[in-house]
Amino acid sequence: MQYALFVCSDESQEISEEEVQARWRAFMSFQEDMEARDALVFLQRLQPTSTATKVSKRSGDLVISDGPFAETREQIAGFYVLECRNLDEALEIAARNPVAEFGTVEVRPVWAD
Amino acid sequence: MGGLSAEQAVSDAFRTEWGRVVAHLIRVTGNWDLAEECAQDAFTKALERWPRDGVPDNPGGWLKVTARNRAFDRLRRTQVGENKLQEVGKSMSEYQEPQDNEDGIEDDRLRLIFTCCHPALPIEGQVALTLRTLCGLTTVEIARAFMVPTETMAKRLVRTRHKIQDAGIPYRVPPDHQLPERLRAVLAVLYGLFNEGYSASSGADLIRRNLCAEAIRLASLLAELMPDEPETLGLLSLLLLHDARRPARLDSEGELVTLEDQDRSLWDRAAIDGACALLERAMRLHRAGAYQLQAAIAACHATAETADATDWAEIVILYDRLAQLVGTPVVRLNRAVAVAMALGPQAGLDLVDEIEVDGELAGYYLLPATRADLLRRLGRTAEARSAYAQALELAPTDAERRYLDRRLAEASS
Repeated sequence: MQYALFVCSDESQEISEEEVQARWRAFMSFQEDMEARDALVFLQRLQPTSTATKVSKRSGDLVISDGPFAETREQIAGFYVLECRNLDEALEIAARNPVAEFGTVEVRPVWAD
Repeated sequence: MGGLSAEQAVSDAFRTEWGRVVAHLIRVTGNWDLAEECAQDAFTKALERWPRDGVPDNPGGWLKVTARNRAFDRLRRTQVGENKLQEVGKSMSEYQEPQDNEDGIEDDRLRLIFTCCHPALPIEGQVALTLRTLCGLTTVEIARAFMVPTETMAKRLVRTRHKIQDAGIPYRVPPDHQLPERLRAVLAVLYGLFNEGYSASSGADLIRRNLCAEAIRLASLLAELMPDEPETLGLLSLLLLHDARRPARLDSEGELVTLEDQDRSLWDRAAIDGACALLERAMRLHRAGAYQLQAAIAACHATAETADATDWAEIVILYDRLAQLVGTPVVRLNRAVAVAMALGPQAGLDLVDEIEVDGELAGYYLLPATRADLLRRLGRTAEARSAYAQALELAPTDAERRYLDRRLAEASS
């Protein structure tokens, strides 16, 4: 079964350069780990929500505006698609993602055909 | 075989076999809706057949096979079944019953309870699904017990079942490395279920109070299936001890009676002895835990001949150990009460002051209520009155407010 892991964190939080480096290393090691167990299908890191644009269409009128969809405390910073045996495996992997330490990881099953 | 006794046999079998049949069908078919429907069909069929043909020698086996055959028939007939057949066709046609001889093979009900209480499921859904699949309560009964419309409960059950299937929650007992954490989650569901029923007042719906009996039944099942898990035995012991005191908990007017004022002759001695024996068994496994310690505290109360004979020094020691394991402010508050009983109200009040300074229990009515009791015992009446008044404002139920009102009146007289 495939699962999407959305990693969400507070992007306004300021962290030291040292911490940035430490997190980077943690992400790389997480990614290597996923590849080693052959679970990683796909991953993307997203630019901050300050670069986001909203699009909607109501009765044919196109509205384009600045900003993310919702004002929440945590924003999606990236996502993984993983192949796992079941939810428990996906949750175990999610718990190992570095973001779990300071943000939240949302685990969602992907529609299967 | 008379019709009446056959009907009684079906009803007995429903109590003992429903969970087993559903748990088995879920494993075999992987389909929760189908499992419940076919279990239901099997019991309906038993009501037709048993009065006519006699009660089978092994009613549980008969029900399981009947339900399973029905499930296989339905899977074969439906479109989904066609696809499913590709996967399980072989296992269906060659289906043997090694599982029916349950010796040495993991009980399906254990898989079922761990799956129903999976932390990925909403907590109300966990409780409802456990009651439906393992205890066989109907949706209407569960809805009444939780005081929500039947339709709301039906939707809750559907959503929970569907999340299990759609999110890929495995039907299994968690592997060893996850077991401690997941067992804690299951025990918490059962304890919550018990408290839901225990807090129901005397006038409350019988079904609601029946939740205590269902929680005890599930805890007994878990204790039977996991006899080497001391916390499982500890929880069962704790529930039995609480339940044994229930007849004395409310007076004839339905008012709460405190432990020290309860008529101890109303306590169920046999249940208390059984619970103490269970607790001893748990402690011999030498892995202390929060439920065992709470049961040990409850046992100290339950075995004291009179309120004055309570071994408060022992209770303080048990609370010390409990506070080390779960250092919640509520545990610290209970410990303060025990210290007050063992060493005097001033010692307890000093601890209550410390908890108050931490601020974690702000808004919790038992904090000012405890302070009020201690002040009253110290003869500081005016301060006691103001603390009772503060507790009254925060008390969550009428029964608790009436109790505090009485205490306030006593302190004022």
